[in-house]
Amino acid sequence: MANFQLPAELMQALLEKFPNIEVQENQMVIVSADDLIPFMSEVKENPDYALDLLTNLTAAEYNDHFETVYNLISITNGFDLMVKVKLTDKDNPSVPSLCPLWGGANWQERETYDLMGINFTDYPGHPTRILLLDTFNGHPLRKDFKWEGGRE
Amino acid sequence: MKTQTYTLNLGPQHPSTHGVFQIVLELDGETVVKATPVPGYLHRGIEKLAEARTYAQVIPYTDRMDYMAGMLMNWGYVAAVEKLMGIEVPERAEYIRVIVGELSRIASHLIATGAYAGDIGGLTGFIYTFRDREDILDMLEMISGSRMTFSYFRIGGVAEDFPAEFFPAVKKFIEKFPSCCDEYDGLITGNEIFQVRTKKVGVITPEAAINYSLSGPVLRGSGINYDMRKARPYSVYDRFDFEVPLGCNGDCFDRYRIRILEMRQSLRIVEQALEQLPEGPIMAKVPKVLKPPAGDAYAEIESSKGLFGAYVVSDGSPKPYRVHFRRPSFINLGYLGKLCEGWKIADVIAILGSIDIVLGEVDC
Amino acid sequence: MGENIFTGIASGLSGLLDGAGVPVLWNDVILMVVKLVAILVFILVNALWLVYMERKVAAYVQCRIGPNRVGPKGLLQTAADIGKLLSKEFTWNKYWDIVPYILAPVLIFVPPFMIYAVLPFGENMAAIDMNIGLFYFAAVASLTSIILWAGGWASNNKYSLVGAMRVVAQMVSYELPLVLALLGVVMLTGTLNMSEIVYAQENVWFIFTQPLAFLIYFVAGLAETNRTPFCLVEGESEIIAGPYTEYSGMGFAMFFLTEYASVMLISAMCTVAFLGGWLAPFGLTFIPSWLWFFLKMYVMIFIFMWVRWTYPRLRVDQLMGFGWKVLIPLCLANIFVTGVGMYIYRAIGW
Repeated sequence: MANFQLPAELMQALLEKFPNIEVQENQMVIVSADDLIPFMSEVKENPDYALDLLTNLTAAEYNDHFETVYNLISITNGFDLMVKVKLTDKDNPSVPSLCPLWGGANWQERETYDLMGINFTDYPGHPTRILLLDTFNGHPLRKDFKWEGGRE
Repeated sequence: MKTQTYTLNLGPQHPSTHGVFQIVLELDGETVVKATPVPGYLHRGIEKLAEARTYAQVIPYTDRMDYMAGMLMNWGYVAAVEKLMGIEVPERAEYIRVIVGELSRIASHLIATGAYAGDIGGLTGFIYTFRDREDILDMLEMISGSRMTFSYFRIGGVAEDFPAEFFPAVKKFIEKFPSCCDEYDGLITGNEIFQVRTKKVGVITPEAAINYSLSGPVLRGSGINYDMRKARPYSVYDRFDFEVPLGCNGDCFDRYRIRILEMRQSLRIVEQALEQLPEGPIMAKVPKVLKPPAGDAYAEIESSKGLFGAYVVSDGSPKPYRVHFRRPSFINLGYLGKLCEGWKIADVIAILGSIDIVLGEVDC
Repeated sequence: MGENIFTGIASGLSGLLDGAGVPVLWNDVILMVVKLVAILVFILVNALWLVYMERKVAAYVQCRIGPNRVGPKGLLQTAADIGKLLSKEFTWNKYWDIVPYILAPVLIFVPPFMIYAVLPFGENMAAIDMNIGLFYFAAVASLTSIILWAGGWASNNKYSLVGAMRVVAQMVSYELPLVLALLGVVMLTGTLNMSEIVYAQENVWFIFTQPLAFLIYFVAGLAETNRTPFCLVEGESEIIAGPYTEYSGMGFAMFFLTEYASVMLISAMCTVAFLGGWLAPFGLTFIPSWLWFFLKMYVMIFIFMWVRWTYPRLRVDQLMGFGWKVLIPLCLANIFVTGVGMYIYRAIGW
């Protein structure tokens, strides 16, 4: 499979600009929640990266933290980049919403909120449930979720 | 004169919402003031179900997402697990995947084309495309034993090699299909009323298309040259000669037209793949119990509706810790509300049809 | 021999009653009732047949077989369908305005039937040979929209309401070009009597002298009968079934059969006004006149069906725009040209 990772020098430039980010071997970038919006605007607006298509936005739950995962693609350059945000507050995981940058984040954030219970701050209005009923209790993709009722 | 808007619940039981999809329309006479899509009626919690299955047992669930192109859904999930485990798929298996994947893509586009003609009011086009889709389903049944939910892909390869009777059937299909496309062009594309109904309707600007993460024919209809098979070739797609059809206006007609052009290109890929089909094994050496190393992987493929991605997290056990599917129909629908504003009720149907959704995939 | 079969039966019956000493008034009444019942049976049988024919034509266009299980070649399919619809339970819904809801399917058959009474099916074969036949047609045909609207309103369903509003908008807009197209024919003949219009076509059918009027009539006729590409009233993929959404069982069947009765009516009117009615072309008079009428009518019906299974549907604003901005100006132009032509024709004095 061909490689479409960011070239090393661009990655270096990113590291200089955002010293707090952590880059793993397969180019997964871990960003802190505070840095997320500036970081995303940089890789989106800067023509060197031009990572302009937010393809995927989701979240995963781990024992001691939540992680939101963002996948970006550049249409002009062909690069891809995976960005993660670690949310250590397990009781109230919240992360800035990407809606101001990408309209496409809207539904994906609603879905993530609905199923995983991540709060997106600055979301236009509060994210509402999208797949489940508005009256549904709990967030089913969390590991501690237990379905009460239904078929025996 | 004092007038008042009213609310119309289009769906979830409606002939042309392509399943159980609901749009709450606020209407001023026949003009849409506000459209609120309400997905979720077919939500089965596939992502949650997957956490309680082994890696191989998830494959049949992926079939139930985009059941119009089940092979491609299999592929997206399998690709992510293979990326996670670092499995090298044998070359013959890659070619088989390309062939069945492209046949699935044609089948899916045939439904989109025919159903779109039906949405606009010409039911005959619907029957014509179904007639030809039947040939593809017959072939896929020969290969996998099933007409819709194939579960044909395996982690590391495919389930079976092509049976002998597949080759004459696909050869016949390749000869016949271009004339079928001409027939659709004559019956549907060339019709003046169809063009009046679809041209300049529901225009998506290139900027909006990128901003809203649209993909597939919807993105390319707006003139953006992004087909993953070409832009970031996966599998063996870099070995085939094909073109990426693009629209120029971003209207319903372009999105519809691109599907017909793509079917012709898919046919070319199938033809070339059959010529190049190498001998060899169809399965990589994979352990009986799959235990990927702890970590995560995200892989994307170009499905018939757009970019289909799978995000798989492993904790080292035989069951996936977390699975997420990036479903193109779901994300393409995110723009529907804005797109419908200001159009008539009939246009809402035309716009929805041109996005080509499958509810199994939207609601997952 | 076949030519006078129906007129013969009528006069035979009249003579029989006369011989039995029935007064002249009663004789006429009985004869009229017999004629009307004959027409009613004719419409119903034809509607049944047309449903079957439509399904077969659709199947042919769509590379299918169509109904082929009930009876020989599936001929009894529609009868079976009607039987099923008849046996359906009448459901009751408190949200309906029940009186107009029930009245609409009952009354919907009346306007087409009223018009059939004045149609000349053959030479001397109009049940009532009315001297303002064409005017009567235009007046009665527009009643349908009120009945459909009543049904849509009484259903208390938004899809029905949207459909009902479309009925009114569409029928009113397309009534005008329909009547104005016929006006060209009336100008040429100087009469509103349908039989006289047919007689006036002995030398040349009006489709040749009024081709534009014929086309406008055909298009407006498609719209009047709510057939594709003007099937916005039903608009299956948009508004479910328009005013028929809330109807089931026989109520729906009445609307359904009336659609075919209307198609037949528009085709019959087309035959009378433009295709020479019962007149035999090329001197082929050995075929009875009523059979000629029938043949021409069915050619028109087939074209209606052919169009339906080929074209998609227009949008509502495009429909109105086409009616008011294209068809009506064309109609007026046609009337103007016809008038000037007639004036010149007379001035030359042929």
